[in-house]
Amino acid sequence: MRGNGDVRIGVYVCHCGSNIAATVDVEAVTRYAEELPNVALAREYKYMCSDPGQELIRKDIDENKLNRVIVAACSPLLHEHTFRHATEAAGLNAYYFQMVNIREHCSWVHDDRERATTKAKDLIRAATMRIVHHEALEPRKVAIRPEVLVVGGGVAGIQAALTLAAAGKHVYLVEKDATIGGHMAKFDKTFPTLDCSMCILAPKMTAVKASKNITLWTCSDVTRVEGYVGNFKVTVRRRPRYVIEDLCVGCSRCIDECLFKEGKFPDEWNLGLSKRKPVYIPFPQAVPPVALIDPAACIQLKTVKCKMTFVEACGERKAIDFDQKAEEKVIEVGAIIVATGFRAYDPTPLNRYGYGRLKDVYTALEVERLLNASGPTGGNLVRRSDNAKPKSVAILHCVGSRDENAHIYCSRVCCMYSLKLAHLIKEKTGAEVFNCYIDIRAFGKGYEEFYRRLMSEGVQFIRGKGAEVTDVAEELRERGKLVVSVEDTLLSRIRRIPVDMVVLAQALEAGADAAEVRRMFNISCSADGFFLEKHPKLAPVNTVADGVFLAGCCQGAKDIPDTVAQAGAAAGEALALIDAQFMMMEPNTASVTEDLCSGCRTCLPLCPYQAITRDEQKNKAVINEVLCKGCGTCVASCPSAAISQKLFTDAQIFSEIQGVMMHE
Amino acid sequence: MSKPKVAFYWCASCGGCEEAVVDLAEGVLQVVDAVDICFWPCALDFKKSDVEAMADGEITACFINGAIRSSEQLEMAELVRRKSKVLVAFGSCAQQGGIPGLANLFDLKGVMETAYETTASTVNPDKTRPKTSHREGNHELTLPELWDTVHAVSQRIDVDYFIPGCPPTPKLLADAVNALLEGKLPPKGSILSPNMALCEQCPRKDSKPSDLAIKEFKRPHAHMIDPEKCLLAQGFLCMGPATRGGCESLCINGNMPCTGCFGPTDQVRDQGAKALSAIASAVGSNDEGEIENILKGIVDPVGTFYRYGLATSMLHRKKMPAKGA
Amino acid sequence: MSEPKILAFFCNWCTYTAADLAGTSRMKYAANVRVVRMMCSGRLDPQFVLQAFKEGADGVLIGGCHPNDCHYIEGNYKALRRMTLLKRMMESMGIEKARVRLEWISASEGLKLQEVVNEMTEQLKKLPPMSRMEPTQVAHP
Repeated sequence: MRGNGDVRIGVYVCHCGSNIAATVDVEAVTRYAEELPNVALAREYKYMCSDPGQELIRKDIDENKLNRVIVAACSPLLHEHTFRHATEAAGLNAYYFQMVNIREHCSWVHDDRERATTKAKDLIRAATMRIVHHEALEPRKVAIRPEVLVVGGGVAGIQAALTLAAAGKHVYLVEKDATIGGHMAKFDKTFPTLDCSMCILAPKMTAVKASKNITLWTCSDVTRVEGYVGNFKVTVRRRPRYVIEDLCVGCSRCIDECLFKEGKFPDEWNLGLSKRKPVYIPFPQAVPPVALIDPAACIQLKTVKCKMTFVEACGERKAIDFDQKAEEKVIEVGAIIVATGFRAYDPTPLNRYGYGRLKDVYTALEVERLLNASGPTGGNLVRRSDNAKPKSVAILHCVGSRDENAHIYCSRVCCMYSLKLAHLIKEKTGAEVFNCYIDIRAFGKGYEEFYRRLMSEGVQFIRGKGAEVTDVAEELRERGKLVVSVEDTLLSRIRRIPVDMVVLAQALEAGADAAEVRRMFNISCSADGFFLEKHPKLAPVNTVADGVFLAGCCQGAKDIPDTVAQAGAAAGEALALIDAQFMMMEPNTASVTEDLCSGCRTCLPLCPYQAITRDEQKNKAVINEVLCKGCGTCVASCPSAAISQKLFTDAQIFSEIQGVMMHE
Repeated sequence: MSKPKVAFYWCASCGGCEEAVVDLAEGVLQVVDAVDICFWPCALDFKKSDVEAMADGEITACFINGAIRSSEQLEMAELVRRKSKVLVAFGSCAQQGGIPGLANLFDLKGVMETAYETTASTVNPDKTRPKTSHREGNHELTLPELWDTVHAVSQRIDVDYFIPGCPPTPKLLADAVNALLEGKLPPKGSILSPNMALCEQCPRKDSKPSDLAIKEFKRPHAHMIDPEKCLLAQGFLCMGPATRGGCESLCINGNMPCTGCFGPTDQVRDQGAKALSAIASAVGSNDEGEIENILKGIVDPVGTFYRYGLATSMLHRKKMPAKGA
Repeated sequence: MSEPKILAFFCNWCTYTAADLAGTSRMKYAANVRVVRMMCSGRLDPQFVLQAFKEGADGVLIGGCHPNDCHYIEGNYKALRRMTLLKRMMESMGIEKARVRLEWISASEGLKLQEVVNEMTEQLKKLPPMSRMEPTQVAHP
């Protein structure tokens, strides 16, 4: 039906190449749309999102006097803004546009052409009925705060913070541990270049400390996030370190003079492979280079019975403060970068590998520390059981990865770090090294070359997933050894390899507190437990929460180059956001029609943003549209239907329901 | 000039609306003075044939109360409609189906079974039921047909105005008659009571807290009711927030919660659904089990939220199991 | 029998996105569902559910964020409160339990979306068809 009266709708049905057209009869849908009430014209086009596609809309608004535009194509989450823009470019208010999702919600999920076509018609009919009730709206302009919060001080957080600081932005870098550096600070060398990990990381760490634009808070947790993109209000809890950061110079004298002459408590940095004192500096390059006191270990903090020699050692600096209390800081930021990292998989549950039961079975991270010159053994790789250098070492790949009993995904870095460890072990001990692998995934720049180098160095590669590690000898050569059973799938036989040491190439998994972190920042997790990016390809550092970005392994397992690249991208996205200074918000707020409000107060407690108050004089509810986020909860509850939500009015939704259900 | 003619008719109702007319008290005399009551089966002896004899549109206004659930009621409603310039659906039953509309939770078979067989006081060994026709010698006797579904008047015939209430207050009737006489009627289809929920005029409104956080629903017969405090704040389910005002808060003043007889305000499509939404939203828990337990305190949701409005609600009747199933 | 029609109300941030994910992942599911997008399951006015049945839906599916995960902090709890009571009311109105379903489906749960839609479609096929009683439709005894 040709549009008559006031409403003239143009309906555009997109083929999306064959993405839609292969399953939905686009022509039939277009002919159908043409006959619907208020529809002035309907067209089909190969790619509506292309320039010529958008040009069609502009031209029709101009020449055919359209005053409503419907595009049936992909998800509005993808292209709504594109077509709103095209609508606006022709001088029509952008909110006279409505998008119909016939790709993600139709052609891609259905096989039956006839039924998919009927569904597409139903959805378009619903939009034509809805759009009659659309009205001209103006997006809300909101100021954006220029500060950025970076959560997590691993290499991802460091890189993001430095990038932002270099652009002159103020960054709050919050780290839960006593020092920044993260996992990378624990590694010995990095693949495939074999740079010393700390040598390349330490300058960045000190740059953080030196930057005037970075406020670094270690021993700190984000406890609360309020507000929204551009205007987050974040509460950070700073735990006491019992040493005043500004006064301590990291001279270590207190550590020397501690009542404990030797370390007695598991040293976290060395994964418990060595002991530290109650007062300690995590490692020599720690940033901030400041001591801290472990309240669970310090005699003074526990019993007040210390002789206080270590306090005397500090002398006039008076940097030690036993009265330090946890402190809450509230900061306001425009953007947040979540860089909370990963957790190394604990292989204890995989009982067959004997970790925790057989002394000389190690995790890869432990071996990183054993190989490191500042590690528990000063870089000497020796066995836990007898302090002897291993003559043979087996590295089992995919421990916790590609395993239905643990994680189904590939951790992406284990092949390469296993090759690196194989090289380092061989170099340091001359041991024979066996790599038991499913596939070697050497996909990065210089990685395949590194793999070839390892092969030429005489490292043994056995294609087969390690089945078991045992200390039960079946023959003479196995006595006193750890025996790795593995099916060599190239030789098609089971092999038993006696070795002195076994290294488990543990998976990377989501942080232990990923679920809490996710809730706090209002972001999602994918099925593997890592944080979910907004789009896997086109918005890889964005999240569903506008203004919250992801960097590093919290989004998924990745190596250092990818982590640093992603951190840069996240910083770039955050910069683009805050540099705009203002942003446009969807005008989907709610408002009260005063003449209809009975003052019943039903809506008042429902608003999570305290946007609704009561005008005592008038006995009416009032909505502050600056605070309103547009959820519509109050609208649904108002027993007088006195509250209306823009873009989602009752009339619009009722019409949509009616339209979609209407039988032909 | 002859006085304008006014008629009253009743369909499925309890007679309470007729009382509302009588409750005009001395006021009724003014009405009688001003108009000529030409048909009022409850009070005056006119016959159907008298109405049939009138010209179409001869009656200035007819006030019809009660719902429509039988062939006779429809026939009479259609007749007075034809003869009247203005037809007013008077009272909750005429406007929304009212209490008789709750029969829409059953079908005729069920209603008949209950009334003629299963109630404790029924003695009917032959299971005799009313029939629509009976031949006695040469005479065929007929009774009106009773239907499965109860309808509000406007669902069957064209209605010009609605006066809500179970029953309407005498004031609303007097105001309507005056407006009629003065020719000051609002647009057709209007409900002749303020378009504003009861809370606005409630004498207890100042005692309502901003967050009810309801932990328990109480039933009025089982508890003492504080005569000053908002009933919802005391845990009694009050329909006031979802019910059109204009009733002079009669129930509230009688220390009973509003049961919703005035129906919804204009912009609400389904009073029960909106009331349900508002009340459920005020439950003070986020725990699935606790929410369910608290809401179990609303023993009969349909009877609570649709006491008067079932027939005109979006679902308008219970979906009965397929015949023969 | 004829194919049941399911009207779905999906929260923009979770279930609608999950449906997008099911699409990009080409997960096939029953073509019986039609989605109406809302910003939050808290926007779901019970009138919308009734309207859907009035217009001939055989089932209504509401998709919101998991408890504690609401994009708007706690809109999903409001939906839960309302739907708990609405479902009970609907049962008294002779509308079978399986016809109204509230599901928490996060943005990453495309698979769950597929399963829920398919399962609900199968359940509805087993139920007798919804009879539509127009106000003017009079059943004589």
